[in-house]
This record gives sequence, C-alpha cells and structure tokens, in this order.
Amino acid sequence: MFEKSLTDLIRGIRANKRNEEKYIAQCLDEIRQEVKRNDVDIKANAVAKLAYLHTMGYSMNWASFHVVEVMSSPKFVNKRIGYAAAAQTFRKDTDVLMLVTNLIKKDMSSNSYLEAAQGLHGLAHIVNADLGRDLLPDLMIMLNHSRPYIRKRVILVLFRVFSMYPDALKIAFPRLREKLDDPDPSVVSAAVNVICELARMNPKSYLPLAPQLYGLLTNSSNNWMLIKIVKLFAALTPFEPRLAKKLAPSITNLIQTTTAMSLLFECIQTVITGGMISKDGQDSDDAEALLVKLCVSKLQLFVVHQDQNLKYLGLHALGKLQPLRPSVVLEHKTVIIQCLEDSDISIRQRALDLICGMVTKETLIPTTNRLMKHIDTPKVWSADVGATPAQNVRTASQPNTAFDATYRSEVVERILKICSADMYANVGNFDWYIRVLADLAHTPGISVSSKIGDQLMEVVARVPQVRPTAVAVLSKLLYELPPVAPSSSNASTSVLFSIAYILGEHSSLLSDALETLKNLMHRDNVKLDAHVQSTYLQSILKIVVSVARAEDWETVAEVVSSAIACLLRFEMTADLEVQERLLELLKADYDHVRTELPQLFDGALNPVAPKAQKKVPVPEGLLLDTPTSKKDQLFYLPSNSTTRGKDAEIDQIPIATLDFDLRNVSRLYAMIVN
Amino acid sequence: MGIKAVLIFNNSGKPRLMQWYEQLEVSAQQELLKEIYRLVSRRPDSVCNFLEGSALLGGVDTKIIYRHYATLYFCFVVDSSESELGILDLIQVFVETLDRAFTNVCELDLIFKPDEAYQVLSEVVSGGLVLETNIDELVVINEAKRQAVAAKS
Repeated sequence: MFEKSLTDLIRGIRANKRNEEKYIAQCLDEIRQEVKRNDVDIKANAVAKLAYLHTMGYSMNWASFHVVEVMSSPKFVNKRIGYAAAAQTFRKDTDVLMLVTNLIKKDMSSNSYLEAAQGLHGLAHIVNADLGRDLLPDLMIMLNHSRPYIRKRVILVLFRVFSMYPDALKIAFPRLREKLDDPDPSVVSAAVNVICELARMNPKSYLPLAPQLYGLLTNSSNNWMLIKIVKLFAALTPFEPRLAKKLAPSITNLIQTTTAMSLLFECIQTVITGGMISKDGQDSDDAEALLVKLCVSKLQLFVVHQDQNLKYLGLHALGKLQPLRPSVVLEHKTVIIQCLEDSDISIRQRALDLICGMVTKETLIPTTNRLMKHIDTPKVWSADVGATPAQNVRTASQPNTAFDATYRSEVVERILKICSADMYANVGNFDWYIRVLADLAHTPGISVSSKIGDQLMEVVARVPQVRPTAVAVLSKLLYELPPVAPSSSNASTSVLFSIAYILGEHSSLLSDALETLKNLMHRDNVKLDAHVQSTYLQSILKIVVSVARAEDWETVAEVVSSAIACLLRFEMTADLEVQERLLELLKADYDHVRTELPQLFDGALNPVAPKAQKKVPVPEGLLLDTPTSKKDQLFYLPSNSTTRGKDAEIDQIPIATLDFDLRNVSRLYAMIVN
Repeated sequence: MGIKAVLIFNNSGKPRLMQWYEQLEVSAQQELLKEIYRLVSRRPDSVCNFLEGSALLGGVDTKIIYRHYATLYFCFVVDSSESELGILDLIQVFVETLDRAFTNVCELDLIFKPDEAYQVLSEVVSGGLVLETNIDELVVINEAKRQAVAAKS
C-alpha cells in the first residue's frame, strides 16, 4: 500500500539529486522486497521501477525470473510492463527464456489483437535459437491472420527468428515470399523490408525475386518500400548486368517524377553504385547518357541546396561518381571549392575528397596551398617559379579547425597523397614541395609525420637537384623542431629521423655544418626515440668527417673534442643500437679523420627497388637454410625473416639464452663462432 | 541489420528513452550513450544531421542520424541498409506521433511517462526494422492501445 509508484520514484530521484546513489540504493532495497510479494500488481510496479533504473545504468539481470512472473499476469497492464522490461533487459543467454515459450505462444494466439501484438513485439526483442525453433510453426500460421497489423508484425519477427535460428529461413521463406502479393500494402512493405535485409547479406540467392520486386517498383507509391527496393537493386545489379539495363527506364522515371528527396537520392545513388553507369570512355547508349545527365543535374540541386543534409549527400554521391566520370564531376569544381569553406566539417571532408580527386599538374600547387590553410600551419609557401600566387596570410574567414586533430591528420594525409601520386608525377617544382613538407612537419598533433619523413627521404634520394634546397630547409627545420619525448602529441620525432639522415648523407652541402652539429648534439636529444638517436649519432660522424675536409686542423680538433664531450650525454641509454654507435663514435680514430674515416661514407646510396633482392642470383654453393654449426640449432632463425635485431622471429630461441647486456653479447658471439 | 538503437537524451546527456536493438550489457549501453552524446552534443545546429560511425557498436557500417528539438536529441543509430533522409523523415514522424499521444509533448512528459514513449516507439520500430511510417496509422493504433488500457484499469 505504501509502495512507491514509478512516478514517485522518478520524483524522488529528481528531489534527491545530491544523494542520488544513496536514494536509489534505498529504493532498490525496497524493490527487492516488493518483487517477492505475491501480489502481482506490486510485483509489476516493482519491475516497472527496475526497468526505469536500468536506463540509468542499474542492471536488473537478477530479477529476470520476476519479469517472467509479471509477463504471465493475465492483466493487460501488468503483462505490458513485463514484456517491456524483458525487451529491454533479456539477453539470448538469459536462463529464464526457456520458461516463456508457452507464455508467448498463448499470448500470440490471444483473442485480443493488442495482446497478440504485444507478444509478437516482445518476441522480436528476446528471441533466441530455442524460442525461434519452438515458435516457428505458430508464427507461420499467423502469417495468414485476418488483421494486416498482425501479419506485418509477424513478418518482422520472422526476420529476427532467421538471425537466431537460420534453419527457419528455408522453412518459412516460401510463405514469406507469398506475402509480396498480400492485399495490404503495409504488409507488402514489411515483407519487402525483410527480404531486402536478407538479400543484402546474400544477394546472389535473391536474384530470382528481381522480377517480382521490379513489378512492385513500377506499381507502388509507398516511398519507404520504394527506397528499400531501389537500395536492394544496387546490391543485385553487380550479379546480373542485364538487370541494370532493365532497371534504367523505371529509375529514370522515378528520378524525374518523385517529389521525395529521400527516394530521389537513393535512386541516384543506385544508378551510380549499381553499375548502371559505365566508366568514362566506354561506349554508352542513349539511355545511359540520359541517365548520367539527369543524375548530375539533380545532384547539382543537392550540392547548392541550403539544407546541409542535402549538400552533404550530394557531395557524397559525387564522390562515388568521380572514379567513373571524373570529367563530369570536374564541371562542378567551383561549387565544390565553395564547400571547402563550409562550417560543417563533414561537408568539408567530402569536398576535400573530391578536390583531391581532380588534381592535375597545373592545379597541384593552388590545391595544396588551399589545403594547407585548413590545417592552421604557421606559414604557407608560394612556389618560387612563376606559378599562381598563393595567399601567405590567414584570412579571417578561415574555418576554425585548430582543435580537431583527426581532421588535420586527414588533410595532411591527403596533401601527401595527392603530391606523391604516380611517383610525384604532378610535382613540377620539388624545391616548393620540400618546403611544403617542412611546413607540414610543424603541424601539431598529427599521426602521419612518419609519412612526411618517408617522403622527404624519397624525394631527396630520387631528385638530386633538390638536395641543396633540401639541406638548407631541413637544417633550419632541425633547429625549429623541438625533440619532445615520443609520447607527446607533437609527434614530429619521426620526421627528425629523416632530417638527420639527409643532413648527414649530404653533409657536404651544409652551409653551416657547425651549427647543424650543435643541434644534433643538443642535450635534449637524449629524449628522442632510440632509432632516431642512432641516426643522429651516425649523422654526427658523417658531418664531423665533412667538417674535417673543409676546416683547418685546429678547428677540427676542437670540434672533435667538443663532440666527444657532448656525446657522453648519450651514454645512459638502455638501447643496444645507440650504445653500439656511441662506442664506435667514441673509439673512432680521429687522428685519421681526413684520410681514413671518409672511406666509411664513400659512394652514394641510391634507392633500391623492392623486388631487387629477388633478382640477385643466389651464388652456387650458398646454403641459406642450413645452420652453420650444430650449436646453432639453438639460434636457428627461419630464413625468410630479417636478421636485424629486433625484427627477427625469435620464437625458436629459449628465452633464458636471450641476454642483451653488452658483455653477454660477446659471450654468445663466442659460442656461435666456436 | 537495420536500426541498432533509438535514443532520446537531453542537452546534458541524461537519457529519456533508450531502446537498443542489439543485445548489450548495461555497462556497454551506458558507455555508448556517453559516446553518442559526446559526438552529437558538440555539433552546432547548422551542420548536417549525419555522423558516420567511429568505433561505435563495432562498425564502420554505423551511422548516427539525429535531430535536435529544443532540449532533446533524438538519435537513431543505423547501418548502411537504411536511407539517411528516410530515417530523418522517420524521426520527424516519431516526434509528431509523440506530440499527438501526449498533446504538445515536452521533456517532462518523457520524464514522467517513459513507458508511454516506449509504447509509441514500439509501433514505429520492432526488432530493429521499421514497422510503420504513416502518421495517421500510428495515431490510430496508439489510440486503440490507450483505450484498451483505460478499459482494463
């Protein structure tokens, strides 16, 4: 009599905002007592409260038996509460599910169609394999119920049954198919809905239904159903090319006559993605040409529309059209460029995709500059040689994307992609591109800086003419980029790897080698990733050698001694590679820095094609797969693995023998050799 | 397949209706609610109403289609079998049906009569598939249910 109703509970929670958890705990205690009571009304009320608390995150799995009790109540309101709670909280492994089979069976066959509907709706949410199998016969009978409302609910439940109990599909499908001819249009719509979902998972098997669906397409006016059918045909046409030809007139008609934007859009999307347009250059007949023209003119309406949703979808569809008919999409360039400045980030992203798809040699530089504006970079470089001038100052209308790191990464990635496409075919001026890459390296918080580094290395390796500029730009960049620890958001450390390598390799081109050396030996560099540090060390040696060639002996001696002093900072590293290089540097014979050390770096390192190794013929008598000595069975590595330290497969080596302390390495080495 | 969830939450992220059509643990439900709220609430009203899925509900295939009415967000989490504009229209129909069921529905109605809101939803979507899209049909069936409850109380 004094139990809290659901409304009381809700009010109580609102009134107890400060001690909400305590209040709810108290209510839960009350509820735990109430569910055990014999009075079904009290039980039902308790279950209703539990379901409410469930939406706040309080699990009611413990009460599932009580939910079933409430579901079995003859009183409609109580039953309703039970079913609603079950729909929200039962899982397919909830143990009480086996108790409800007969209950649902009884409810479904109730004289009251609302009770039957409730049973069906509940079943749709809680059905598992057993329930599905047991109730399938009843469901199939109900497909012929006198009320369309019940028939359509049964159809939707069947879909759920199919997903839980796949055998049901074979049994029920013929009957389901019959429903496509049901006199009631909403029943037909439900059948179409289910068939479309099934067909999406397995398009080929549903091709035989195409004629029937085609009939519905041309005769119906139910937009929802038409949308489903149109979407389905997009999935079917790849398996049956003649279908595309047959469809063209109906879809053309729909596009021309429908007033529903949703249907219009889906038709256009099906035309584009459903193989109804052939790629540019292939022969297309008149019907296809008309269809393309129609779609493009309609998409134009979408893209300039005030409604952001339509704009977005228009751009999205154009994006799908671009690989097929790039020239057609190019005609809309102005509009698309406008969309780049839109305040909606999703629209900007779609416009970005499209712009990147239309880049040519002439448009690369202005496009890249425009994209650079989007990532809030400190500077925008204009090309040195006669290209269209780019704005160097950020304008007030620039969209504020400063806080969106994912977007920035995407833009940077796009820039890298369009510039490096076809092995940099579109880049006319590599000096300009090096500056772009250097600028991109400044962008905070992006995840693609290793790609920037890779491209720097690649461009410098392949384009000898750019090396002087590169060295000049990168030595400045080395000074500007702080060597922050790897875990910070400014992940520019991967770029530093490439910079150090390039500066070392082409040290002869450095205008101020001593300055660069100073930057490489800076005390903060010990915070860098180990592999970056190793490159730094190697580059230091290369630059010292290069300095030695150029300067007089006294300067060289000074440089060497200060270098050694700085290098000792790296001593505390735990990384093996860094230790080893450090030792080499410290023990190098600097007396012969001009004569013998340079020989270490003689000759150019040219880029090697990935397949080059395979072309090297294996010399006679070389046995790559045989261990060199019996003792090596312990250390045998599969021959297809790399043998560089950390990348090797080491699952065949007993763990106890792995000991990367320097002293033990020499011991192990001694063991192998003997 | 179809609709994965229907959520109504307010501007502070408090859920007013949560119907999931995939079976999830309570903790997962709450996490997803928070994530969806976070993604949707920071969007200004001038941008489009679709969000393509991040790691939500395990799918690249997932989209959030939402509408913002006064203090409430109505979100449908769907997969690629649903038409975005179609679902937007459906949200409109759902809200209109609620409006007729409650007479000028406001957030307080959803707060104090959540079960009625679920009942209205159960006529629009069942088992993750759309059951009825016509507002007049929906009004008729909701009236019938209300009368049945009134009669038996």
